Amino acid sequence: MAELFLEVFGEEIPARMQVSAEQRMAETLSKALKDMGLGGDAPRSWSGPRRIAVSITGLSTSQPDLNEERRGPRADAPEQAIQGFLKGAGITLDEAETRTTPKGDFLFAVINKKGQAAKDVIPSMISDILSQFAWPKSMRWGRGKQRWVRPLHRISVIFDGQALPGSLMLGGDDRIEFGASSFGHRMLSPQDIPLTTGAAYEAALEEHFVVADRQKRMDQITTQMDALAVAENRIIKDDQGLLAEVTGLVEYPHPVMGAIHQDFMALPQEILVVSMRSHQKYFAVLEQDGQLAPRFVTIANMTPDADRDAIIRTGNERVLSARLADARFFWDQDRKAPLAEQMPRLQGITFFEGLGSMSDKANRMAQLAGVIAEKIGTDQDKAKTAGLLAKADLVSETVGEFPELQGIIGGYLAAIDHEQDIANAITDHYRPEGPQDTVPQDLLTVAVALADKIDTLTGFFSIGELPTGSKDPFALRRAALGVLRLVAQNNLELNLHEFFAEAAKGYGFDKASDALMPFLQDRLKVWLRDQGIRHDVVSAVVRMQDPRHDDLTHVISLAKTLADVLASEDGQGLMAGYRRASNILNAEEKKDNCRYTNAVAADQLVGEAEKSLYQDVTSLSKQPLESTADVMAQIKRLGQLRASIDAFFETTTVNDDNPMVRVNRLNLLGQIRDLMEGLADFSAIEG
Amino acid sequence: MTQSSPLDRRKSFQSIILTLQQYWADQGCVILQPYDMEVGAGTFHPATTLRSLGPDDVWNAAYVQPSRRPSDGRFGENPNRLQHYYQFQVIMKPSPANSQDLYLGSLKAIGLDPMDHDIRFVEDDWESPTLGAAGLGWEVWCDGMEVSQFTYFQQVGGIDCDPVPVELTYGLERLVMFIQGVDNVYDLDWDGVPKDQGGKVYGDIFHGAEVDYSHHNFDRANTEMLLQHFMDAEKECASLLDADHPLPLPAYDQCMKASHIFNLLDARGVISVAERQGYIGRVRALAKGCCEAWVAQGQQTRDSNNARSGDASNG
Repeated sequence: MAELFLEVFGEEIPARMQVSAEQRMAETLSKALKDMGLGGDAPRSWSGPRRIAVSITGLSTSQPDLNEERRGPRADAPEQAIQGFLKGAGITLDEAETRTTPKGDFLFAVINKKGQAAKDVIPSMISDILSQFAWPKSMRWGRGKQRWVRPLHRISVIFDGQALPGSLMLGGDDRIEFGASSFGHRMLSPQDIPLTTGAAYEAALEEHFVVADRQKRMDQITTQMDALAVAENRIIKDDQGLLAEVTGLVEYPHPVMGAIHQDFMALPQEILVVSMRSHQKYFAVLEQDGQLAPRFVTIANMTPDADRDAIIRTGNERVLSARLADARFFWDQDRKAPLAEQMPRLQGITFFEGLGSMSDKANRMAQLAGVIAEKIGTDQDKAKTAGLLAKADLVSETVGEFPELQGIIGGYLAAIDHEQDIANAITDHYRPEGPQDTVPQDLLTVAVALADKIDTLTGFFSIGELPTGSKDPFALRRAALGVLRLVAQNNLELNLHEFFAEAAKGYGFDKASDALMPFLQDRLKVWLRDQGIRHDVVSAVVRMQDPRHDDLTHVISLAKTLADVLASEDGQGLMAGYRRASNILNAEEKKDNCRYTNAVAADQLVGEAEKSLYQDVTSLSKQPLESTADVMAQIKRLGQLRASIDAFFETTTVNDDNPMVRVNRLNLLGQIRDLMEGLADFSAIEG
Repeated sequence: MTQSSPLDRRKSFQSIILTLQQYWADQGCVILQPYDMEVGAGTFHPATTLRSLGPDDVWNAAYVQPSRRPSDGRFGENPNRLQHYYQFQVIMKPSPANSQDLYLGSLKAIGLDPMDHDIRFVEDDWESPTLGAAGLGWEVWCDGMEVSQFTYFQQVGGIDCDPVPVELTYGLERLVMFIQGVDNVYDLDWDGVPKDQGGKVYGDIFHGAEVDYSHHNFDRANTEMLLQHFMDAEKECASLLDADHPLPLPAYDQCMKASHIFNLLDARGVISVAERQGYIGRVRALAKGCCEAWVAQGQQTRDSNNARSGDASNG
């Protein structure tokens, strides 16, 4: 069994593209080898800023022979049919055999293809893969026509210990001849590295200051960075996204810690962190109490060296100071005028074509936040103020520089002239920003956060900009999930359609889109299942027919209560009774072509069991169903019906000879069905 | 002067420029002087924009280009931002296989030995909507400082580049601040001459201009006149291109003019967000027209040269 080792080496690959390119390269190569009949174990692969490598072991050294016989068309078939067959089989007419069969004379192709040596077929296969390899963004260079992510310089192809000859044509007269050598760290060891096997790859590169394995680089960064922080009794601020990115920027990671100049520590911490992260890719450092420490860590691509480290540290500190001086300039500008004075400038920003400006949105949000505040019992005036000002920071200099700080900057600026709770509502009104993000609990914030999302959903649905498939360019699914979680996690009992209607009014539309509630219900179904609610229970409770379908808290309580009841012994018995009743009803109603929903004639009831069942059903249907609590109590009480249903079926024959008695009994069962299905769709529950 | 000890003269602003010019001259570049018009970036110089497309099959050039970004004016108060600054620009077509090494060599020449620093190539694709140009490349970091843009041009004026040039842009003020270790651009030592002997720092030469031009860019520039100038430039560009005998170079001057006027109007705050895209599109249309005419003219020149050399060999 042999190994194929491939390394492509070139100029710096963008960090965000390395992992997926490595995976695709490994998969494509592995599949191509299998398709050629060479087999192969699962691939092992590496990637970094300048190289991607794949090793596949367990390969045959030659393809299996191919022996195949194909029957073609009749010998006297039209020319076109014969040519098609010959082409498909890859033979000429002379090579085809004519055989007489009971059905006539037919052409046959006998293909005996000798398997080729792997080393003869691999090079062109690799050229094909590389020439067609797709990058998220690719380019040409020099005189070439071939596209790659950045200029490509070396291709090493080693099979069974032997370098395979071959080349990748770049277009024009340019080509890259296959070789068997890589190249060391650009500065620390700029020299050829002979390559042999995947097993020896990491050690060979490490000698030349290249840590080939991504995970190893990542671990080195984490460990060394933690050590720097621990030495000062501090903690590195966790940032997995940044860690993944910097791992793709270095071949030989070496964290260097520097200081943030004390002058800048008065800036909001978010500004410091984002300045360091987005522009400089520095890690932030925290004190034990979670406060930002006046430190940062940069990951250099060099070996440790006291003199050089000092230069790197000083340089980075200086760059950071310049960055922060800029940020502070913006921040000082922003604080010169009250946030409210920025409002007119929002007219210059389009919210979305057909949905007005950001200024329009702010006014709608103020109105809607006021309405919501009233319903959920918080200060209406404050909600209106927060709603109006929530988007004002979009015209601030700081958000212009750091868009990811929208909301946060607004909160800081609002706090200058307004109460802290208004500022907090502005800070957090974009939340929850994803399924993992925390949900605001302060009711003022909830009002503004809901107003923002409901306004957005109503607007985009009204102009038909709905998410399709995997495309959701305006993050409407996230907005809907946000609405859902804000309502659910704060146990708000609200009729959402009122808010959507109010939002539509704000846009000047007659009514909100009919597609909105079903869309929200789809999100609700997903969310309930994520909460561990059985999918059939979800189907039973989330339905448009429910008069309270737009009260999400109600639907969620219903789901939980129903799930509890069904899990109990009574619940299981109840379901057995319900199924028996609905089976009988289905059969008889089909036969009689009617629906048994009429009142039961109490004087026509004969047996004790049916009388007692009737009594129980009647008393249940008299229960109030005003509040959610009433409905939940009713669902729990359903379980008690179980005994009388069981007794009924044990002693009573529904299809009595007396038609009056029979119809009366069917109506009794119909009442049970109506009672239960009025609460939830029990027919959706699986046995 | 902020430095207490005299500066190593090789680190002065002008010496860095001279060293870069010498280095790139040694690499075989044509050393040009700045283009004599207001432009937003060194890329606008016809030596880059137009020569990226033709007519020469090989074109290597380097030059300093003063660049103007009217809205970056800070009345001389910001230590890092200027409305007029210098770029050092290198363009090499076709991009050599050792582009990165050549570039690192230039850093070493100006005293930034890559062995003493942390150099990184960080993804940064470039696009100029006004020039209809785009390329892939990096920003080059030295100890966290962006010292250059490194771009493989793919398209200019909406036309695919073939062969592909590589463009290197050094932001000179930032680079020299880094080399001299100063935190305020106005403290940059320009000439390496001690102050008591009449030596000049950046602020001596440019601070007054930054203040005056900031007033001009933000408050004083006559917008009515500028709007008219924009339309005039646009019209002139079109007419120079439209004639039987198109003149792409003079037409391209008008395109640069329109671009700078647009930047001024933008700084004056008279262009709404909605109008911005429209103006950018109009400048792009001019750039595209100039580039197309330039390529067509290059083709004609080559054809007639071929015809002439054919005649000569026949004669």
